[in-house]
Amino acid sequence: MTDNNKLLEVKNLKKYFNLRGGFLFQKSQGTVKAVDDISFFIRKGETFGLVGESGCGKSTTSRVILKLTAPTSGHAYYKGEDIFKMNNHELFKMRREIQIIFQDPYASLSPRMTVGDIISEPLEIHRISDKKSRISKVKELLKTVGLNPEHINRYPHEFSGGQRQRIGIARALALTPKLILCDEPVSALDVSVQAQILNLMNGLQKEFDLTYLFIAHDLSVVKHVSNRVAVMYLGKIVEVANSEDLYKSPLHPYTMGLLSAVPIPDPEAEKQRKRIILEGDVPSPIDPPSGCRFHPRCPNAQEICSKSEPELKNYDLSGNEHLAACFFAGKPI
Amino acid sequence: MDDIENPKKVNIDSSVEEGEVSIGLAQDFFMGRKYAKTSLYKDAWKRLKRNKLAMLGLAIVIFLIVLAIFAPFIAPYDPIDRVKEDSMLGPSGTYWFGTDVLGRDILSRVIYGSRISLEVGVIAVGISVLIGLVLGAISGYFGGVSDAVIMRIADIFFAFPYILGAIAIMTVLGQGILNIFIAIGLLGWASFARIFRGSILSIKNKEYVEAARALGASNYRIITRHIFPNSFAPIIVYATMNVGTAIIVEAALSFLGIGVQPPTPAWGKMLSESLDYIDIAPWMMVFPGLAIMITVLGFVLLGDGLRDAFDPKMKQ
Repeated sequence: MTDNNKLLEVKNLKKYFNLRGGFLFQKSQGTVKAVDDISFFIRKGETFGLVGESGCGKSTTSRVILKLTAPTSGHAYYKGEDIFKMNNHELFKMRREIQIIFQDPYASLSPRMTVGDIISEPLEIHRISDKKSRISKVKELLKTVGLNPEHINRYPHEFSGGQRQRIGIARALALTPKLILCDEPVSALDVSVQAQILNLMNGLQKEFDLTYLFIAHDLSVVKHVSNRVAVMYLGKIVEVANSEDLYKSPLHPYTMGLLSAVPIPDPEAEKQRKRIILEGDVPSPIDPPSGCRFHPRCPNAQEICSKSEPELKNYDLSGNEHLAACFFAGKPI
Repeated sequence: MDDIENPKKVNIDSSVEEGEVSIGLAQDFFMGRKYAKTSLYKDAWKRLKRNKLAMLGLAIVIFLIVLAIFAPFIAPYDPIDRVKEDSMLGPSGTYWFGTDVLGRDILSRVIYGSRISLEVGVIAVGISVLIGLVLGAISGYFGGVSDAVIMRIADIFFAFPYILGAIAIMTVLGQGILNIFIAIGLLGWASFARIFRGSILSIKNKEYVEAARALGASNYRIITRHIFPNSFAPIIVYATMNVGTAIIVEAALSFLGIGVQPPTPAWGKMLSESLDYIDIAPWMMVFPGLAIMITVLGFVLLGDGLRDAFDPKMKQ
């Protein structure tokens, strides 16, 4: 793969949140390392899955890439240009090409705006076409996402969760972006509706040649849509691989644990398999464990794990990439 | 795409409901716009109509507005005209509310007095809302140092007794109706700033605001298009209630002699003029007093009803 194929490349991205307290003269009361030195890239046209438990920094990553919050350090290259070094004008232009779909379809649409207003807002902001053609564009978008164009004057509360998510998708599509960051787009929906939205997104990807960063905590959903998957734990990426490889032969014990939590829709197989149950909770990101962040919960942990931090290394010998950050990568639990 | 959620099915019911609305594209969109601003208000109006006390408040307020606007046509006499021989007459067929020391018709003066009270109520609160919205928006949206500074200044204003502050400002600015607006307006901004800041804080991290920022919307656009419409309800409620307070403060200032100057009829002034004659001519005090009470009651009832109407969850 050449570099030209990398649509987005994130390098050594860090996002720390300072906890402050006190009145007027605030003093720091610790740092939450929400995203701590992660690197990955997304190829043009692929769907890159980002998986992890809640609070591991997935959503923060997407917010930082869009510069909705400023990064602490690191780089994010979009088509080779560093997003964090862009001036306001360049950033504004970049926003036409990277869009986001949110998790909660109830919170992501302003309750005081009609569907037409919501979907035409991006066109208005970027001064695309006049009012009349905007309306027809909005209607077209509604049709594209499987909604009735006649509903242009309705309010978000008149729609179901799945329909609202379609509105959110239409808004993201309005500027014909190249890359869409999907922040758990289906986790707030019923399973049957999840499938519809995923299929819609799949179809749109083909139709508009889109690239997705697909954030989720549900491995089965990610498996369904992603070409490559990265697993995050406490602000770090612990494993990156092609989706098939990751599901067939996970290397990191955390990935193994996650996979074993995915139910198999076959009672016989479900009965027979050995489940790996990770003990304890995710430690606080304010005071993460030393060495490998996973070691307090890891059944394979040895002395070295608490002392030094394993690097993300390639373990695939056949030329593909299968990165894992573990001293005992691939060792069965 | 194998979509189960059949768009055609949705089509059927919608074409019945909205078939008439979508006549032309442009018109369609325009109507949608108009709708966007009224939907919440329509809902609230429906709930308000069911609230009897609020409707009473609304009736009082509307009655007062009519009274103030059409005072010259409603008032039976000129409010400033003195009729010496009719001094201090009790309520009668000729003078329904009686007359004062100078022989002026109290009914006419009460009717004209509503003008001052409403003007002060609306303009002074308008000034408060304006200052409060701007400072509250800066404070809530940008946070940091500006937030700390603005909120500490607001605290100072909160700590200051309202009447005392008004007296101080009036002393500095001098008397006159314009200065009353300014004094009361200046003193009231802090609560609006605080309320508005609060709603901004709760809204600015909502995903739809993030979505707008991801689209590249400017701060101005986000505040005016996304935050204002979603946080305006509490402001309307509080402003309505505050009109009552402003009217009382104006009455108090006039009562103390630093507000509206004679011979302009103002309820507070009429009260202070009646003080010396409380025993022999109580009607001089009763009617302007009642006018103040009913007016303030009207605004408070309406404000209360509006609060319930905008936030039906709170009531239950």
